[in-house]
Amino acid sequence: MSEVTLVDAVNMALAAEMAADPSVVVLGEDVGVNGGVFRATAGLQQRFGPQRVLDTPLSETLIAGMSIGLAAEGLKPVAEIQFMGFVYSTMDQMINHAARLRNRTRGRLSCPMVLRAPFGGGIHAPEHHSESTEALFAHIPGLRVVIPSSPGRAYGLLLAAIRDPDPVIFLEPKRVYRLVKQEVADNGEALPLDVCFLLREGTDVTLVSWGAMIHEIMTAADQLAASGISAEVIDVATIKPLDMNTILDSVAKTGRCVIVHEAARTCGVGAEIAAQLAERGLMSLFAPVERVTGYDAIIPLFNLEKEYMPSVGRIVAAVKRTLEG
Amino acid sequence: MTKESEKRVRKQKKGAAVPPQQSHSSVHFDIHDHRILDADGCLVGRLPECAKQPDQLIALYRIMVKTRLFDEKAIALQRRGQLGTYASSLGQEAIGAAIGTVMADDDVLFPAYREYAAQFLRGVTMADILLYWGGNEQGMNFKGQRHDFPICVPIAGQAPHAVGTAYAMKLCDEKRVAVCVIGDGGTSKGDFCEAINAAGTWALPIVFIVNNNGWAISMPRKRQTGAETLAQKAIAAGFPGEQVDGNDVIALTDRIDQALHKARMGIGPTLIEALTYRLCDHTTADDASRYRSGQEVKEQWHYEPIKRLRTYLNEIDCWSESDEQELLASCHDEVEQAVSCYLNTPPQPPESMFDYLYQSLPAALEEQRASVVQWSKGNE
Repeated sequence: MSEVTLVDAVNMALAAEMAADPSVVVLGEDVGVNGGVFRATAGLQQRFGPQRVLDTPLSETLIAGMSIGLAAEGLKPVAEIQFMGFVYSTMDQMINHAARLRNRTRGRLSCPMVLRAPFGGGIHAPEHHSESTEALFAHIPGLRVVIPSSPGRAYGLLLAAIRDPDPVIFLEPKRVYRLVKQEVADNGEALPLDVCFLLREGTDVTLVSWGAMIHEIMTAADQLAASGISAEVIDVATIKPLDMNTILDSVAKTGRCVIVHEAARTCGVGAEIAAQLAERGLMSLFAPVERVTGYDAIIPLFNLEKEYMPSVGRIVAAVKRTLEG
Repeated sequence: MTKESEKRVRKQKKGAAVPPQQSHSSVHFDIHDHRILDADGCLVGRLPECAKQPDQLIALYRIMVKTRLFDEKAIALQRRGQLGTYASSLGQEAIGAAIGTVMADDDVLFPAYREYAAQFLRGVTMADILLYWGGNEQGMNFKGQRHDFPICVPIAGQAPHAVGTAYAMKLCDEKRVAVCVIGDGGTSKGDFCEAINAAGTWALPIVFIVNNNGWAISMPRKRQTGAETLAQKAIAAGFPGEQVDGNDVIALTDRIDQALHKARMGIGPTLIEALTYRLCDHTTADDASRYRSGQEVKEQWHYEPIKRLRTYLNEIDCWSESDEQELLASCHDEVEQAVSCYLNTPPQPPESMFDYLYQSLPAALEEQRASVVQWSKGNE
């Protein structure tokens, strides 16, 4: 077993599944010779050939649309969009076609495809490279939206996404791509989709997040522990469909919940979680649910991006508010 | 590197007006147009192999007539409130007839929404089409060629799908072809431009057929693009494009057959611009008299595809008045049977809106599925 980064783990999962299943094809801009702008597909074209690791023209609509045609023919396309900011021109294809193909043909055709894109801020990237707009896809029936937060979950969840018989949007927190290393066994074992991961048990407050913000809430949990506050930490991982039961069970125990996401506040996935807590968990709550999120502002160019992103300080302060009174 | 040699290198680079990989070449192209049977039913070219025998011509005639009678019936059903909005193929039957005649069973059709003739020839039933426009998804679960895509309403969205399927065919070294039909308006869409660009890049086994019926709802062809033809868009994508009389089912059958053959042989894509005319409104929800003259439509009836083939078949003594009456009667029966099948098909159960969303229902949706069952009209 070796220590790998999150982006290495993505690469390992792609290689493992391409080796195990000849129907898996990788496509996107610069994914072949160049190995992807983040090197997530490095070495795959050399190993599996240019037919299965396909450099496409600069055409995001085509990348998503042709994945649907590939999938309908029984292949398993794993498409890469270079940045979340360029994903919007795939949305017509993903919403009107990929998400609906099984339903509109009553199961005659289906669309087992994965659309991968790095997302989120914090790496001093140019304009349009730092967005967290996962909620746009989470709104769409027929799609799955999966977000890993660690190398191990990137490996296991990507394998699961490729094997899933329906379209999956797989968003990779690029700030974490090389942030941490973890031992990951390249054993071809997938992790379950549609479930949250309980990362840390606690009794006083439930911290809920996904993607890069998991690292902020784990740090916040450490700081809180030092001041005698025991935080339970949940990585939602699959934000669509949402595993509310794990969150509700936790809140039943702690009575407090702070939801953290990098995405803008209004209609973010945090709003859905808070609404469901109000519907189904109100009687467990000792304090109003708190959200610590990106602001309802366009994420600034990188001089100010730290001001936009939820910080450990903001998270700790929110937790303390839930404990007051 | 010395300062001087650095300077020299810079100078040399500056001196090269155009990098070698981007050197100019003068590009010339011609767009050929094809016609075999003119509007008066006169042969103006040689009959191709795929339409040489009278039986072949009669088969083309039959499917066009059947499609037109189906179309009339569908509009009548819509007017009586027994069908939702319906997109007619009036005047454009030759395109679907030609496509459906020459495609192989294991080729894949990516229709827009006026290719009923092709769909019928590939096993989609008239009842399926009525179910679709009648608000029932089962109409897209047809028993015909199960790998064919259903009607595509978002314009040109099917073009990238066809590229993916054609890529899969090439990857798996199969001698199959993807056939993608779009309208004239569809050629202005990014989906179409990205699809033809990729199809040319990879020399894929794909045939694009543009049903240029002159109108994209209220927009006439000349206001859709500054390009003189739609066929020439293929030239920019690196493969041949041509115009065909879209009301001449013989020329269409021939040209599509040849394009399929080329694609099957690995030679690459072709774009065929079929020049026809939308004799109908855009859909039953449209009133074309708001934006085009009745005189124009009246004149265009002279060129429609069915009459000219009947004239020719009469001319060569292969079609009599009694043949015509028999055909009309049998098509009428077939259409009536389809209508009865459609009208007697119960709606899908309400929970079906969840049952095909994913291969298996996610736990998070179980409650909503139960709710739709509890609150369904049938249980109230």
